[in-house]
Amino acid sequence: MLLLQIDTALIIEKVILISVILMGSLGIAMYATWGERKVAAVMQDRLGPNRAGPFGLLQPLADGLKLFFKEEIIPDRSTQVIFILGPCLAMLTALMTSAVVPWGPDFVTKSGHVISFQVADINIGILFVFGVVSLGVYGVMLGGWASNNKFSLLSSIRAASQAISYELAMGISLIALLMLTGTLSLREIVAQQHGFWSDGYFSWNFFKQPVGFVIFLTCAFAELNRAPFDLPECESELNMGYHQEYSSMKLGFYLFAEYINMFVSSAIIVTLFFGGYNFPFMDQVATAVGPLLFSAICIMALLTKVVCMILFFMFIRWTLPRFRYDQLMKLGWRSLIPLALVNMLVTGAVIIWVIKK
Amino acid sequence: MEIYDILFWILSALAVSCALGVILSRNPVNSVMFLIVTFFAISGHYILMNAQFLAIVNIIVYAGAIMVLFLFVIMLMNLNADVEPQKGQLVQLAGVISGGVLFLVILAAIKTAKTESMDKTSTDIGLITNLGRTLFTRYVLPFEISSVLFLSAMIGAVVIGKKEEAKPSKEDESEMKQFL
Repeated sequence: MLLLQIDTALIIEKVILISVILMGSLGIAMYATWGERKVAAVMQDRLGPNRAGPFGLLQPLADGLKLFFKEEIIPDRSTQVIFILGPCLAMLTALMTSAVVPWGPDFVTKSGHVISFQVADINIGILFVFGVVSLGVYGVMLGGWASNNKFSLLSSIRAASQAISYELAMGISLIALLMLTGTLSLREIVAQQHGFWSDGYFSWNFFKQPVGFVIFLTCAFAELNRAPFDLPECESELNMGYHQEYSSMKLGFYLFAEYINMFVSSAIIVTLFFGGYNFPFMDQVATAVGPLLFSAICIMALLTKVVCMILFFMFIRWTLPRFRYDQLMKLGWRSLIPLALVNMLVTGAVIIWVIKK
Repeated sequence: MEIYDILFWILSALAVSCALGVILSRNPVNSVMFLIVTFFAISGHYILMNAQFLAIVNIIVYAGAIMVLFLFVIMLMNLNADVEPQKGQLVQLAGVISGGVLFLVILAAIKTAKTESMDKTSTDIGLITNLGRTLFTRYVLPFEISSVLFLSAMIGAVVIGKKEEAKPSKEDESEMKQFL
């Protein structure tokens, strides 16, 4: 009985790729927590973590161990199954998006075998990202509700309405980008941004869609529940927010999922707007070095951009004060959505009358 | 049995059992969760037919937006099995009759419908390019009419949800008349 008509080599290749990406995102998210504390320390003129290992590099491990060894408390009046399901869903949705990101160009071995650095090149790449993002709110909502605590419930309701409001502006801002690229596949979108300069203009989408980028970035902050939009965990109003009743590693999952989300959404932003793994003069570099080294350089270029993006997220968090809830809603519905609509109309007009596809 | 058939049966069993879970579970939040899983199973069916766009839109719109709103409302109302009002016998009888009538209509519709088996090798029916081309050439009028319908529904929701502006009371009006 032949169940799968796929060759075993492909399966092994994909399994290796998936585990590398999974471990990579966990590792980067781990050191993002360390990075965030260091950035905060620099901004507040402190030293930050410096006891565990050189420069406090072992601090994330120590934190993880601490969370593992803490007592696990499930509140008496909570809905137990959903209470446990909450952090699992948060973690699951955080890790799923990385499947469609192209991490590097195709690598052709000497025997002509093509190795792709993307787990799945699906026809609807961006829509998949949207689907997973729209599911991300369940982790927060169910966790907050199942805790049977009014602060958690208020926080999860805030999170849900915030996510739904900003998904709209995010979608409309992306429509303008998709009208330019004409495809939903992330691999093709990256391929269109080849190099840095083509046909007398920048090839990266950031230079073609600056307004769309600003809207998308703002919405990404809101979807990630990062400051200045971190109202679901606003401690001065809600004690701790949706994870108030959580302890031990379940709390760790919630906190950690935020950093994984930050890493993956940085990767998506870089892929959509900053050319993914492309970098200036890549054709010259490709002829100068071998294919293996070239792939490595491309992946490093992508990761460098992602790290810059994560640092940007952190700078914003430690610079801007938190919005008030009505300000947040006003910004989403009255500023970002009309702006995104105008951007879409202008892009359409430019495509019809100026570019004339 | 190929992998296709195995997946089909797994998804079908999941969809039917979760749909039963929606109507049988006492806690409304559990019902919503079962409904979400049902949507996922149906999306799986779409993917089996290689209708990727339909599958993901089903997840974004139904599981990602509408179900979140359902959950939202249920959480705000804090419904429980013990506070749920018990329905009278007459209402139960009416429910049984209307449900039975609906079941009969669906049964009749399915019985006369022609079922054509899908060609598993034709892999481009549900892809977004073909879907868009069909929607904007052959079915452009129904498409536009339905979008106008959505727009009017949206405007209606805004009108209903809008706060009523405070009308000036009679005392204010009489005061104004004095000035005039």
